[in-house]
Amino acid sequence: MSLADRNRLAARDFAAAVRLWRLAWTLGWLDIRLRYRGSILGPFWLTISTGVMIGALGLLYSTLFKLSLQDYLPFLALSQILWSFLASLVAESCTVFTESETVIRSMRMPFFVFSFRTLTRNVLVLAHNLLVIVIVFAVFRQVPGWTALEIIPAAVIWIVDALAMTLLLGAFCARFRDILPIVGSIMQIAFFITPVIWKPEQLGPAIIYLPLNPFFDMLEILRAPLLGDSATAMTWLGALLYSAVLCAVSWLFFLRARGRIAFWI
Amino acid sequence: MTSGAFIDLSNVSVSFPLYHGSSRSLKKLVAAAAVGRLGREDGQHQRLVVRALRDITLRLTSGERLGLVGTNGAGKTTLLRVMAGIYEPAAGQLRVEGTLNALLDPHLGMNAELTGRENIALRGLYSGVPKAKLSWLEQDVAAFAELGDFLDLPVRIYSAGMVVRLGFAMATAVRPRILLMDEWFLAGDANFMEKARDRLETMVRGADILVLSSHQLDILRTWCTRIIWLDQGRIHADGPTDEVLDAYVAEQHQRVVQAG
Repeated sequence: MSLADRNRLAARDFAAAVRLWRLAWTLGWLDIRLRYRGSILGPFWLTISTGVMIGALGLLYSTLFKLSLQDYLPFLALSQILWSFLASLVAESCTVFTESETVIRSMRMPFFVFSFRTLTRNVLVLAHNLLVIVIVFAVFRQVPGWTALEIIPAAVIWIVDALAMTLLLGAFCARFRDILPIVGSIMQIAFFITPVIWKPEQLGPAIIYLPLNPFFDMLEILRAPLLGDSATAMTWLGALLYSAVLCAVSWLFFLRARGRIAFWI
Repeated sequence: MTSGAFIDLSNVSVSFPLYHGSSRSLKKLVAAAAVGRLGREDGQHQRLVVRALRDITLRLTSGERLGLVGTNGAGKTTLLRVMAGIYEPAAGQLRVEGTLNALLDPHLGMNAELTGRENIALRGLYSGVPKAKLSWLEQDVAAFAELGDFLDLPVRIYSAGMVVRLGFAMATAVRPRILLMDEWFLAGDANFMEKARDRLETMVRGADILVLSSHQLDILRTWCTRIIWLDQGRIHADGPTDEVLDAYVAEQHQRVVQAG
């Protein structure tokens, strides 16, 4: 099959999935609803547990780092919640296709539907956690200025990258079953070397190397504008470059894998 | 009547990669590749491949009712999956024209935590049923499945028979022009079967093309006008129902005699 054919088929998969957006949305929403079925607060348990965790971590680390709570807590709330979104999206990307094995093997279904489902599920969790950010920002009178508009392009990059990640890891993990623990270890390391809990300024002069860390770039383009700074040009450049690489690799792999996923799962 | 529904396969082959143990592991594959490059090992990590379909060429046009026979593992379900667009053939070409519904899995997309009614709505979404037709779908399924008040209770608490009725009703609610059916559809308790048979027959009559895989020869004789006999992924015989089935029965019989 020629590359043009593969491209056409993959693009058709995407278009067909967009037409089925109501299915993908419903599946993602049901995942959340069923996870919290029977509890009175439902998904708001998420909000509460995130809130408690951020409160506790905030008190501890502001003391350890000798930072004022006023300075530290809004930063921590934003970082930690964005990081949980990123980490759980990456982890769940590994099972995007394997969790829908029975559907894939019994009807023709565009693969992007499963990507959309995973994205929807994680965006809904994020939406519930946003409440914590709003409360923290309100308590500490942290009002984002006009720079906050920069989160619009940043959010678009996050969504595109999230889809690329689900496709790439989803297909790869369908073929190789030992990826999941590898991904888990990588994300664990990434959490510690990325300024999520600690602030970038604490690195001192070494801060100039931070844009080499793709996780930092991604986090910073969304975080900095909300804390009243613009992300630096280097950070944006890093975010765009790394995203371009991720999307290219993901698409090329999907072109090859699309026809094989049904055999792999 | 609109014309032109067809299924066209030319030289279609499908092989299954058999992944087992270490070939599922990236670590081992990388290690094997590294070792192989050093020349210590060669040809040891060849992939095992099962050739499920070999060089299948067939054309089905509007009005044809095709039955598939063959022993277990002959490739019947694989051929249905290829026609349904689930398995993409490694070689050869497949062209399909017309809406298609494949009845392969009775519990397709069913979620035991959801109520019957919610499952019907979900199934409608899977099949791409437009919103305006969803209430019609619900009524149709509810009327057939006869679940009564259970319709608003989670499927988890249904009896096995109720689950089968719901699954069957949902699968057969969407009327396609091309209907692919695996044999499980014709199994079930006798009481329900009579009713199910009626509904299936209506659906079969409404479809332009039927492809049915079954071991129940009497059903094939009633419903099909053409039979393809698959053997180890190849078309062993292709012709009018009685002709092929008689030959098939004769061979099955001979095998039993030889084995005995």
